[in-house]
Amino acid sequence: MSALPIPFLVLSFITILCALYVVTSKNPVHSVLALIVAFFSISAHYVLLNAQFLAIVNLMVYAGAIMVLFLFVLMLLNLGKAAEPIKSNAWALASAISAGSLLLILTAAFQKSGEQVYRNPSETVGLVKNLGKVLFGEYLIPFELTGALFIGAMVGAVLLGKRDSGDHESSALAEEKGASS
Amino acid sequence: MNQPSSYIPILIQIAVAVGFVTIALGLSHLLGPKRKTTNKDENFECGIEIQGDARFPVSVKYFLSAILFVLFDVEVIFFYPYAVNFKEMGWEGFLAVSTFIGFFLAGFIYVWKKGALEWEK
Amino acid sequence: MDAALLIEKSVFVLILTAITLGMAAYMTYGERKIAAFFQDRIGPDRAGPFGVLQPLADAGKLFFKEELIPKNSERWMFILGPGLAMVTACITSAVIPWGDTLPIGDRLVSLQVADINIGVLYIVGIVSIGVYGIMIGGWASNNKYSLFGAIRASAQMISYELSMGLALIAVIMMSGTLSLKEIVEQQQGLNWNIWYQPLGFIIFFTCALAECNRAPFDMAECETELIGGYNVEYSSMKLGFYLFAEYINMFVSSALMATVYLGGYNFPGLDLIANPTLLAVAQIAVMFAKVIFFIFVFMWIRWTLPRFRYDQLMHLGWKGLIPLAIVNMLLTGAVMLFLA
Repeated sequence: MSALPIPFLVLSFITILCALYVVTSKNPVHSVLALIVAFFSISAHYVLLNAQFLAIVNLMVYAGAIMVLFLFVLMLLNLGKAAEPIKSNAWALASAISAGSLLLILTAAFQKSGEQVYRNPSETVGLVKNLGKVLFGEYLIPFELTGALFIGAMVGAVLLGKRDSGDHESSALAEEKGASS
Repeated sequence: MNQPSSYIPILIQIAVAVGFVTIALGLSHLLGPKRKTTNKDENFECGIEIQGDARFPVSVKYFLSAILFVLFDVEVIFFYPYAVNFKEMGWEGFLAVSTFIGFFLAGFIYVWKKGALEWEK
Repeated sequence: MDAALLIEKSVFVLILTAITLGMAAYMTYGERKIAAFFQDRIGPDRAGPFGVLQPLADAGKLFFKEELIPKNSERWMFILGPGLAMVTACITSAVIPWGDTLPIGDRLVSLQVADINIGVLYIVGIVSIGVYGIMIGGWASNNKYSLFGAIRASAQMISYELSMGLALIAVIMMSGTLSLKEIVEQQQGLNWNIWYQPLGFIIFFTCALAECNRAPFDMAECETELIGGYNVEYSSMKLGFYLFAEYINMFVSSALMATVYLGGYNFPGLDLIANPTLLAVAQIAVMFAKVIFFIFVFMWIRWTLPRFRYDQLMHLGWKGLIPLAIVNMLLTGAVMLFLA
């Protein structure tokens, strides 16, 4: 392998450092913040590859939207001493196996791809304009299908969020029942 | 302007902003008086004694709006590559994106009808 | 990128940051004077003639105030919150063109920090990061009022981001580019986007108010319910940063609105100026005139309209603006295709 450019090395170092902090930190909110920094450096990686749209979308969706959701959940859960994470051996074994197999798959994939991982097939493929042409030409059907997928996700979110899928009367009724019992 | 190097000025600006914030916070830390008392270091809740911890679970509506935001935001982002190519694609592209907006609206109306956007109750 | 360009950009960034901070400082003065005018008062008038030195006095005072960090708070996160709010506010202006080019010696200095071809997306992206400053600060304070302010602010900001993006998409459909520089160049003379996108402009303006946490959408600090909202526990420069960040956000969103909808540095008759240096100065002046106009409107609205209730705010965002923005986008597309 030829010498890697210095920006790539610096960014990779930051990314890996933050990712390690995400898993080792005791405080979940710190983990989320480290993950945000990791996403930033991944976005910078995309910029280096000239995949500008991907870079900014990574920032908007992951760092901007999904992490806000994570923080919402974490900040509002009871993170006191009572909520220590489960630490049984079976749990540790299961996570070790799943993480290990993921590592195996990723390593195998990297080995196969060789040097292509860091080589951009073409200088302009990541620009918004070209991306749009591909998305609305070649990949139109998958694109439309994601629309259907989103509806599924929304149904799931609403069902989870509102717990009983009924209208207000029934939810009010359920609350009353809960209060009386 | 399509090269990664055109992002270097942004890096400079981030560095300047971070530098300014660090210096100003450091300065105010050094210059300000430090007269700590136990009462002063308590949280301020209008002078009433603090009741319990401030980290408590709040209404699920906030989570719900955050989840819905994530979903809709991804859909909105899909429109950007289309908008840039809008003129070249003509009616064909418009039809494609209208179908997608149809899905968007279907989801939106579902969420609305299910009352996920209600805040009065 | 050669060394000369690098130095040029660094100097430009320093000047821009200084101007941004100066603007923010004098916006606090402007706000107090305007509020005084609307309420038939005099406003600050002690520091210097007409009180023009008031912002300097305020900023100086903030440096010498005691720093309070509640003992129940998360110390580092408590410091990180306002810092993050300030940094995100300061870096948004990187892609806004303040003029075309200014000749200095034999160099043509571009009056824009970075002309990247995803300028619009960059701003939307940084705005979506802007939530963290308030959220982290409000949570780290370990105060119920702060927490409520922070949660309200973040839910509000993410809700209005959607319609903001949709309103921008209609403009991008017209311009066919995400580069703010090109969007400005397409609006020569009086050919401004606001004439083609009046509805989009109103949607965007409303969202800008909400994103900056300005009245009538200042639910995050809502004094009557939450004392001061997310910044209750803050003092000294950290409080100053939160307040400053709000004004910088207002400045940058005014600049963005001027760029996207009001032709940026374009004004009819500007192309008659032959001297390039004079032209650049005139462009900057036109740009700042538009920005200051928007800032005035922001303040005008703050001192005129009462605050929304939280459910009204969320209803307006989700049920009002999002459908409206979708209609605006479809309408723009259909009309443009019919006319093509």
